[in-house]
Amino acid sequence: MKRTRGLEVGVGLFVVVAFLGLVFLGLKVSGLVPTSGGSTYTVTADFGDIGGLKPNSRVTMSGVTVGRVVNIDLDPKWLDGRVTMEISDTLKDKLSSDSTAAILTSGLLGEQYVGLTTGADTEMIKDGGTIRNTQQAMGLESLIQQFVSGMGGQDDSESGQ
Amino acid sequence: MTHSDLIEVSNLSFYRGGRAIFRDVSLRIPRGKISAIMGPSGTGKTTLLKLISGQLVPDTGQINVDGHNVHRLSRRALFALRRRMGMLFQSGALFSDISVYENVAFPLRVHTDLPESMIRDQVLVKLEAVGLRGARELMPAELSGGMTRRVALARAIALDPELIMYDEPFVGQDPVSKGVLVKLIKDLNSAFDTTSVLVSHDISETLSIADHVFLLSDGRVMAEGSPAELNASTDQRVRQFIHGEPDGPVPFHYPAPPFAEELLGTGGQR
Amino acid sequence: MIAWFGSIGRRTLDVLAAVGRSAFILLRSLFGVPRWSGVRLWITQMHVVGVLSLPIILVSALFIGMVLALQGYMILVDYGADAALGQLVALALLRELGPVVAALLFAGRAGSAITAEIGLMKATEQLSSMEMIGVDPLKRVLSPRLWAGLVSLPLLSIIFAVVAIYGGYIVGVEWLGVFSGSYWGNMQSSVQFGHDVVNGIIKSVVFGLVVTWIAVFQGYDLVPTSEGISRATTRTVVYGSLAVLGLDFVLTALMFGGA
Repeated sequence: MKRTRGLEVGVGLFVVVAFLGLVFLGLKVSGLVPTSGGSTYTVTADFGDIGGLKPNSRVTMSGVTVGRVVNIDLDPKWLDGRVTMEISDTLKDKLSSDSTAAILTSGLLGEQYVGLTTGADTEMIKDGGTIRNTQQAMGLESLIQQFVSGMGGQDDSESGQ
Repeated sequence: MTHSDLIEVSNLSFYRGGRAIFRDVSLRIPRGKISAIMGPSGTGKTTLLKLISGQLVPDTGQINVDGHNVHRLSRRALFALRRRMGMLFQSGALFSDISVYENVAFPLRVHTDLPESMIRDQVLVKLEAVGLRGARELMPAELSGGMTRRVALARAIALDPELIMYDEPFVGQDPVSKGVLVKLIKDLNSAFDTTSVLVSHDISETLSIADHVFLLSDGRVMAEGSPAELNASTDQRVRQFIHGEPDGPVPFHYPAPPFAEELLGTGGQR
Repeated sequence: MIAWFGSIGRRTLDVLAAVGRSAFILLRSLFGVPRWSGVRLWITQMHVVGVLSLPIILVSALFIGMVLALQGYMILVDYGADAALGQLVALALLRELGPVVAALLFAGRAGSAITAEIGLMKATEQLSSMEMIGVDPLKRVLSPRLWAGLVSLPLLSIIFAVVAIYGGYIVGVEWLGVFSGSYWGNMQSSVQFGHDVVNGIIKSVVFGLVVTWIAVFQGYDLVPTSEGISRATTRTVVYGSLAVLGLDFVLTALMFGGA
């Protein structure tokens, strides 16, 4: 019966190691952290073009990760991309209602993420609130287009950059 | 109603790959006796045992064991009937991943809810009967051929079956092992009043213990009777088999064109 | 000519009959009444099928992760995108290489062992004697192996992916000098647990079932001679590998193709 005992221990270890592996895949590889790391609140923002943004993309403020995208769907009324974000509670009541959310790209080919910059208003965005000032994703094509039209004449048609 | 014959085989035909193994065979195996089924290799002796135990299904004819038509039974009823049969396979067929003790205990664990202490007693009784009580902790791979067969026999009788079928028990055994097996089969049959069916082509061993012998050849029962009757038979084919003569009605040569023709190349194209 | 058509017809019938038999065997073995003694047998098979496959899985995973990082780096660095190495390694492993390579190794290591073992049990009449004792070999022999294969392969695939990602880390970060933060960071922002990890596991559950199914069927259905066993063992590895690759395409198209 000693043989059976060792066998059971081996199989048990095998299963435990595999589950630890699954946890590793969840935490370290897929980055399923913020839900457990402190409480969060939800903010939405509508973008004209979300580009390559995906659920789980980072949300940053001054380059520091402060949350993540939880959901992306289409706003049926305005046909905008509605991005729902979870943001760390440490920023609660610190984002003014005229804050800006921009979809940025890290490097030329890197991942896309949401960058937040706060405004000057005294009113703050609440849980479930909406960021109104948004900047859509900048595709390579529109960048080139802008560059070409910028060469042609000083025409300020596009907002922002 | 009780049947004086435990097994009744009637008008049995069985084909494999278009070749007839049995053609309209009928035989009766009496209760409480040792019956031997003999015949040259390849006459389907083992197949007959598999038909009796319901592992194979005949093409025509039927087999009754203790009044039950084996091939009409439900799966559950067949397994219940098999509980009353023990079979000693040619190779022993011990389960190679468990010890001798566990092999003998296997049928008891499957069919009974006996407490471990009673299973242990039963197993030791059966192993003692085959003289291998001391080998109970060995694994099947550590046993010699003769020991393997004796353990398999202990397993076959673990549930005290009414019918024990022996498939070629003497093949590949040294003379001493053969002697031991002959004695065991005889003792088991008389001690527990079981019916034994013995399939073999070892003439002297089989004739020394059998009460009744069936000789199979070409898918038919060629002859039957007590060993003495067969020994005294004047039938050429029976004589050839019983006395092991190399040539006779069963030809030594595989069918071929005349040798001289083939040597001289006059036999036309091959 | 007629003989030729006849032979095609016969072959087709043979294949159909085999598929039917194997489906019967699968259903009978998978959905038996579970008994306490079954758990014991299952644990034994988990050891044989799962634990004993670990060494080959670990070593292969480490090397595949390292090669993937090396090759990926050489391509990505031309575009100045070496920061995306983590993403490349993780996605390739979770979606494709993890489940597929683990399943191929599994077919070679565990599948062939299962076929040979069941074949040997058939050749030595152990299956027949089990039936004579009144035990169904499908439940006693095939069922625990099927369940063990079904459970082990996903676990092995997870371990494979983890070890390979670590192998990629060794080469990419420790050796080639990719910034550790971007290796993990890029990976985390591109890998979606529900999409990539879960789909990879679903794949390996399917592969585990199919490879083990082929293995037990080939073992149970073989001609019980030494030649028959060696042929059936080869067939297990060949059919098992082909089934994995074919199914992988179908599953990938279903899971990732539409989106």
